[in-house]
Amino acid sequence: MTLVKTKIGRRAFIRNTGLASGGLVIGFSWLASCKMTPEQVNSLPKEWFELNGFLKVGDNGMVTIMSPNPEIGQNVKTSMPMIIAEELDIAWKDVIVEQAPLNTDIFTRQLAGGSQSIRQGWESLRMAGATAKHMLKEAAAQAWGVSVDEITTKDGVLAHEGSGNSAGYGEMASAATSIEVPEEVELKDAGDFRIIGTDKKNVDGKKIATGQPLFGLDTYREGMLTAMIVHPPAFGMKFKSMNAESVMSMPGIKEVFRFEAYPEDVERQWSDGGAIPELVAIVGNSTWECMQAKKALNVEWEEVSKLESTSYHNDELAKLLEKAQEVPARQDGDVEAALKKASKIVESTYSAPYLAHNTMEPMNFFAHVTPEKAELLGPIQTPEFLEKTLVSRLGMPAEKIDVRMTRMGGGFGRRLYGTFAVEAASISQRLNAPVKLVYTREDDMTQGTYRPSYKVRFKAGLDEKGNLIAWHVRGAGTNDALIFENRFPAGAVDNYLAEKHSLQTNVTTGAWRAPRSNFIAGAEQAFMDEVAEAAGKDPLDFRLELFDRAINDPVGDPEKNDYDPARYAGVLKLVKEKANWGTDTGKARGISAYYCHNSYVAQVLELEDGGDIPRVENIWCAVDCGIVINPLAAKNQIEGGIIDGIGHSTYSALTFENGKPEQSNFDTYRLMRHSEAPKNIEVHFVDNGIDPTGLGEPSLPPVIGALSNALYKATGRRYYEQPFINDKPPLVG
Amino acid sequence: MASFTLNINGKKQEVDVDPSTPVLWVLRDHLNLVGTKFGCGIAQCGACTVHLDGTATRSCMLTVSMVGNSQITTIEGLSEEGDHPVQKAWLEVDVPQCGYCQAGQIMTASALLEKNPNPTDEEIEMAMNGNICRCGTYTRIKKAVKLAAKS
Ligand code: FES
Ligand code: FES
Repeated sequence: MTLVKTKIGRRAFIRNTGLASGGLVIGFSWLASCKMTPEQVNSLPKEWFELNGFLKVGDNGMVTIMSPNPEIGQNVKTSMPMIIAEELDIAWKDVIVEQAPLNTDIFTRQLAGGSQSIRQGWESLRMAGATAKHMLKEAAAQAWGVSVDEITTKDGVLAHEGSGNSAGYGEMASAATSIEVPEEVELKDAGDFRIIGTDKKNVDGKKIATGQPLFGLDTYREGMLTAMIVHPPAFGMKFKSMNAESVMSMPGIKEVFRFEAYPEDVERQWSDGGAIPELVAIVGNSTWECMQAKKALNVEWEEVSKLESTSYHNDELAKLLEKAQEVPARQDGDVEAALKKASKIVESTYSAPYLAHNTMEPMNFFAHVTPEKAELLGPIQTPEFLEKTLVSRLGMPAEKIDVRMTRMGGGFGRRLYGTFAVEAASISQRLNAPVKLVYTREDDMTQGTYRPSYKVRFKAGLDEKGNLIAWHVRGAGTNDALIFENRFPAGAVDNYLAEKHSLQTNVTTGAWRAPRSNFIAGAEQAFMDEVAEAAGKDPLDFRLELFDRAINDPVGDPEKNDYDPARYAGVLKLVKEKANWGTDTGKARGISAYYCHNSYVAQVLELEDGGDIPRVENIWCAVDCGIVINPLAAKNQIEGGIIDGIGHSTYSALTFENGKPEQSNFDTYRLMRHSEAPKNIEVHFVDNGIDPTGLGEPSLPPVIGALSNALYKATGRRYYEQPFINDKPPLVG
Repeated sequence: MASFTLNINGKKQEVDVDPSTPVLWVLRDHLNLVGTKFGCGIAQCGACTVHLDGTATRSCMLTVSMVGNSQITTIEGLSEEGDHPVQKAWLEVDVPQCGYCQAGQIMTASALLEKNPNPTDEEIEMAMNGNICRCGTYTRIKKAVKLAAKS
């Protein structure tokens, strides 16, 4: 066991003193949305005792655990409470999970992004469980007149061997509320885990499979109005005028007005990136009526800045690839000199288009703003930042603003930017009425905040023995400078130069699942294969050689290198073994590895024969994310990331003509479908007991490289331009 | 506005809406049946799938005036206790990530198995191709459909 100071937000442990009984009876909000059998209702506790902000114990031993972070499909609503339950030592079947509201006094980092929920929540979640367990033990010790050190716990039962006493947590819960919060608590050793590391099913699984209301879009309230927005049809345009009269008389339509969700004096947070300052709102009784009015409404727009097309973005990015960066992002040795004396030089350029997030549930939010208070409910990855913006936008102190999170129909980074919630609040405040703002798919896809479009050029030099002596990378992206200069192969090559540029454009961009990595990994890992081939080496061995170099004799300051070469090599070796890399299966195979968001992933991908773009048959994936909390869900994330990476790099693109997105729904924007998905995905974890890191993103970036490399083996052609489906060989003749 | 009597999940329901209103919005906005989801509105994603006389149908492009006497089944009416073999298989395989597409996936899969209790992999893929899962749960969906077919 490890002793740790209970340093997590002490306020999480300040209990509600207004409760004479020491207990706290809560409303069963979850009852409303979940049909329970009479037995289940009877088994509910009569009273709940809140031991800290993360959990309460019922008089019958059931435990309610608050899941602090937003749930976007990464499954934290199951895995975060598992960590608390582990240290509390409760049986998982006795746990009820509730989504916590935004409460920065109790919870730290209530944000879904960067695959950080588990990594950054690990310590505080464990402490929440361990301190509550300690308080229950202390209560039992006092009741039985024995030493607390002699009390053991298991599955929600306290026991004292010497005296033969035992009691369920429920029996001690009331007394535990008056126990002093310990200054220090003991945490379990990983070897004693009983919940962590076991398969636990999604806590919302049954509600999802039976269609219960869970998502923001499922919010309906008495007297609620539906709102829709009309945004400029092209980037570079703004509102000029409209004729609202004609639609005001349409059935069910209440209001049509121009509004500013972000007047100039609003204090913006980073999460307001991509906000469109001026919009038109259509408010009515129902969604369909608003949709009809939206179609009929005539709005005139005016050009305010350049109307950019994809050809313009591509030309400008290509120009940037010809330009040196004034002060290179990183420079080791002398790349130019090394390339001059290299016996072989390999050079290639890779590119990828803009992508939309396309969460399955379009942007939406419920807001009810009155002069007294503001109630906000919906899908948001950044509730804390949303609240800050609302304080400024609504002119209300934070105490009067209640932000609650629903389960989200996907995030992928899109709901980091809660402009839609600010729009909903602005409309509600103006009308002094409860309003649900709903984006159509077209609104959602053409509104902005895209994955940037990228280009990168690599140049590598090999000596006569096939050793990598120079690596030059120069990358550019729209509003994003693409390159992580301290990632591999930085530190493994004597002469290394990384340069990056950002092209300012008026098409708004934002984080999209594994930002930057989602392109640079695939490009780098495809290029690595080209270099290995030129060196006449097996691509996996070639990578391992480089990691050996980074382990034994790192170039530059090893502290600066943003990866651990031993763990990197570890996943490659694991996948080598699992996929039997090196044996001829008669099928085209590719390998790839990447490190991002604190986790390491290596993959071997194998294609079926035939087809324009042959279908992926098998994938072996090795992952090092330290301790795996919930293997069943962890694998789901990894599978999802793999499918996401293959799908988008093969099929998806968002292009522009004079500022206007050329795709606006799934008839023109292609997403991977069932018959195109990989047939088998096998996931293996490195077992090393290191503190856990996240999995929402890390499996996506490398698989694009594995796919490119397998496609080369299958077709004899390198794929340089995403989406690969469009990257056709030039017609001859 | 016009009045329609619909047969939904075995119950008669009266609604007073514009005849052009898609069944999707009648269910969600007027009947408080929100399990049927909105994803695209143009019959491309399958999130809004219901059964119309047993056939998987995209409710976003099925106007209320087209329904007539047909029986509509939504995810809420697929089984009494959420224990339809397909729902059970979904839980067993732990299919969902975000979960948003899954009601539609389950409705398509259950209609498929009703007509073809032992589909091949290819038949499953073809039947399910109209249902997008943005989170990429395709391999688990196929596994769950096969598991449901066995039971
Ligand atoms: S919402 Fe009907 S198919 Fe997408
Ligand atoms: S589970 Fe998220 S879209 Fe399918």
